[in-house]
Amino acid sequence: MKRSSLVFLAVSLAFALPAAAQKKYDPGASDREIKIGNTNPYSGPASAYGTIGKSIAAYFRMLNDQGGINGRKINFITYDDGYSPPKTVEMARKLVEQDEVLFVFQTLGTPSNTAIHKYMNMKKVPQMHVATGATKWNDPKNFPWTMGWQTSYQAEARIYAQHILKTKPNAKIGVLYQNDDYGKDYLKGLHDGLGDKKGMIVKEVSYEVSDPTVDSQIVQLQASGADVFFNITTPKFAAMAIRKAYDIGWKPVQYLNNVSIGIGSVLTPAGLEKSVGLITLGYLKEPTDKQFENDPAIVKWREFMKKYYPDGSMVDNLNVYGYSVGETIAQVLRQCGDNLTRENVMRQAASMKGYRVDTLLPGVMISTGPDDFAPIESGQLQRFNGKEWVRFGDVMGH
Amino acid sequence: MEAFLHQVMAGLATGGVYASLALALVMIYHATHLVNFAQGEMAMFSTYLAWSLIDAGMPYWPAFALTVGISFVAGIVIERVVIRPVEHAPVLAVVVVFIALLVILNSVAGWIYTYTIKPFPSPFPQEMALGRFMSPHELGAIGVTLLVLVALFLFFRFTPLGLAMRAAAQNPASARLVGIRVGWMLALGWGLAAAVGAVAGMMMAPIVYLDPNMMTGILLYAFAAALLGGIDSPLGAVVGGFAVGVLENVLGSFVIGSELKRSVALVLIVGVLLIRPSGFFGKVSVTRV
Amino acid sequence: MKKREAFLLATLVVVACVLPFVVSNYRTFQLTLVLVYAIALLGLNILTGYSGQVSLGHGAFYALGAYCAAILMDKAGLPYWATLPLAGAVCLVAGFLFGLPALRLEGLYLALATFALGAAMPQLLKYHHIEKWTGGVQGIVIQKPEAPAFLTGAGLPLNSDRWLYFFTLGVALLMFALAWNLLRGRVGRALAAIRDQPVAAEAMGIDGALYKSAAFGVSAMYTGVAGALGAIAVQFVAPDSFTVFLSITLLVGIVVGGLASIPGALYGALFIQFVPNVADEISKAAPWAIFGVFMLGFIYLMPTGVAGAIRLLTAKRRSP
Repeated sequence: MKRSSLVFLAVSLAFALPAAAQKKYDPGASDREIKIGNTNPYSGPASAYGTIGKSIAAYFRMLNDQGGINGRKINFITYDDGYSPPKTVEMARKLVEQDEVLFVFQTLGTPSNTAIHKYMNMKKVPQMHVATGATKWNDPKNFPWTMGWQTSYQAEARIYAQHILKTKPNAKIGVLYQNDDYGKDYLKGLHDGLGDKKGMIVKEVSYEVSDPTVDSQIVQLQASGADVFFNITTPKFAAMAIRKAYDIGWKPVQYLNNVSIGIGSVLTPAGLEKSVGLITLGYLKEPTDKQFENDPAIVKWREFMKKYYPDGSMVDNLNVYGYSVGETIAQVLRQCGDNLTRENVMRQAASMKGYRVDTLLPGVMISTGPDDFAPIESGQLQRFNGKEWVRFGDVMGH
Repeated sequence: MEAFLHQVMAGLATGGVYASLALALVMIYHATHLVNFAQGEMAMFSTYLAWSLIDAGMPYWPAFALTVGISFVAGIVIERVVIRPVEHAPVLAVVVVFIALLVILNSVAGWIYTYTIKPFPSPFPQEMALGRFMSPHELGAIGVTLLVLVALFLFFRFTPLGLAMRAAAQNPASARLVGIRVGWMLALGWGLAAAVGAVAGMMMAPIVYLDPNMMTGILLYAFAAALLGGIDSPLGAVVGGFAVGVLENVLGSFVIGSELKRSVALVLIVGVLLIRPSGFFGKVSVTRV
Repeated sequence: MKKREAFLLATLVVVACVLPFVVSNYRTFQLTLVLVYAIALLGLNILTGYSGQVSLGHGAFYALGAYCAAILMDKAGLPYWATLPLAGAVCLVAGFLFGLPALRLEGLYLALATFALGAAMPQLLKYHHIEKWTGGVQGIVIQKPEAPAFLTGAGLPLNSDRWLYFFTLGVALLMFALAWNLLRGRVGRALAAIRDQPVAAEAMGIDGALYKSAAFGVSAMYTGVAGALGAIAVQFVAPDSFTVFLSITLLVGIVVGGLASIPGALYGALFIQFVPNVADEISKAAPWAIFGVFMLGFIYLMPTGVAGAIRLLTAKRRSP
């Protein structure tokens, strides 16, 4: 080979090698796409939450139309697990072993995520921004590949407990909770937050998702003489509980859990006038809240829904949730740049300091660190005045 | 004492919900000697239909009547198109067809209407009638269920068509010999059951809210109520429904606590069936050897 | 067994042994689940197909077996293979005890009673007084078994997925053989007699009550062992894994596979494991609707199940 071409070859290699060294890919990432996996309950008893998966898919479609992330398109692969843990295990294995996704994102449900918790960490594939408020996902020492997203249920309940202790120290508390992981997690938070004042709770009643109504439980709570009511119910049952309490003339100070905060999906069916005085902890902007009608973030969200998810409900706050998590992961991926290894995805997700997604309430931020795998830990208390959620006090948590 | 009374009243209200679906189940059994597991989903779908009509601007009662009519026709069509091909298949194969129907209707409803709950209007006035114990709608719904019960009773007992339907279900071969068109009797039975189901759905939607999974919890209790009362007795279905509703509430509030309420209620129902296997008002069947 | 059938069976077993080495670990895992369902369906078939007692709640026995295995492994430290006979024994007794009062119930009433059992199971599993054993709503996470050292030491490429598959295959073959033996002989004939002509059977001296309760017990035992194997394969048990829908799925499985048929259990297992995934591929919006359409299609084309259809086809070919 001629000397000059050898030199030319050596020089071009010298330039090419660092450039090649900058792009790092794990399975699922390439020059052109990033494969993200997900399981959601599109069928079965929890199918109401399936809209989160659909709104995330729509968000990624919008991102791709806008050019993707750093020039790469998102290939979002989502499977139905019917809220059944064995199915989640099967689908997670398919995503990791067959579809070879870069990471798994927003898998929904506490039992579903528990079932794949060990597996994902063993395989060293990120179990990113799980769609559940359970507290156990914030454990970077033992499970470095798992991270939550939303304010945990226990943290939320502790804030309610503090508020009760401050404003009504002699209260008699009645609790209605869904008899599953989600309900029990909130209950634990209340117990922990009350500490040795746990005796303030005079009655705890549960219900199953398969129960037709919770009327009997509300009647029991009224009969117990409680004057503070912690309402740990999912949307359908929350509406029933709020309505029944009003109808039987029971007027406690009612704390409603964040899952059922939707004005369009819960309070309107319950009856807006029956929901006056409800207190909750919010961290997202609610789409039917009058005060956000012209808010630029919500306006943008509405346009997104119209164009990319027209079948989705405009009154369902779950669709704002899906949009918000989409924005979060988009930022994580942008921060990754060309280093799309699983390890870097976790590292970038664990280095978000005070990042704002505009659909979050003002003052609520996403912050993570190597010891802090809980992106959102704050929220603000708000009270319903018949038309909108009016925030009061400070943004709590950090 | 007041707490107990309150629970009983709440139980009667929920029981009314069970009773109305149990009526539809008994209806279909009366006509075909089969229990249609998809009855609940058919009722749910009818209710969504009514919701669409009302949402498009139609006033309540015309929408109600139109939905009942459409459901009646739909029931006949389902029998002819979906059930007819398997009429000679083993019973369990037909059960699987019912299950398939249930799953399809549930999934399609979720796809078309999403899973967000929808409030459904009530035709009854809003002021409380029975003090705080029962809402006017719950009272009205019970009333409608009783009306449907009386109508069904009169139909089966005193009309030739009702007699023909009962004959076709009990003894198809002999019924044919006397000139009854058994095939059409079955289809008619399905139509009527679908219509009763539509009424049930529209009466319970204001109470339990309209969503695709509205009926899944109720089906088991309605089934239990229908059997408790005697599967071939409409009166039994209604009494059974109220009994199950009250039992569930009283047990859950005063005896066992809400955590095991469901299991205990079911154990009790099965226990009653062990003592009286044909239910309270059912006919004890005696087979000739 | 006729020569032809024996040959087919041998080929099937050979194929089954080769498969895990040619397909991915994920597929091997799925095939393990197929075997688990096949054992469960065989159990249900013994009760519903052969003995004529409808059960809409067999998921409860599957759950019982699964939790037995999980609790024994997690709390008592038992090795996974030891949990199987114990889970089977517990379910045998439970099934028999349930079968005794169930004798008084016929058809629809039995269906309701079993439906109630299946529906009540998740709530029972969540009961807080037994939480320290069952893990309550959180469930129990189990360790994945590894292939025994003497086999891997000998150089066989047996990762844990493959080992679990072969273990399950071994148990499945054993249980199928047992069932075949049982049902081909006097017991099977007695059950069929009780199912089809109960009065005549009694007149001939067959103790209907004993056979029917025993059928319940054996059926529960099979499904319980399947549940234990399933728990070990998935490495997790929680009340949400065992809803009434599982019971319904098992019933669909035996009907589609073929009632009163041993190979039917395998066809049914393939159906309930793979068709939902296919349906999910076809439609994200309404996956279960597609699954329902598949169910309808299978029943319309083969009302006596896949096994029944195969029987008809081979019968037609044999007759001139």
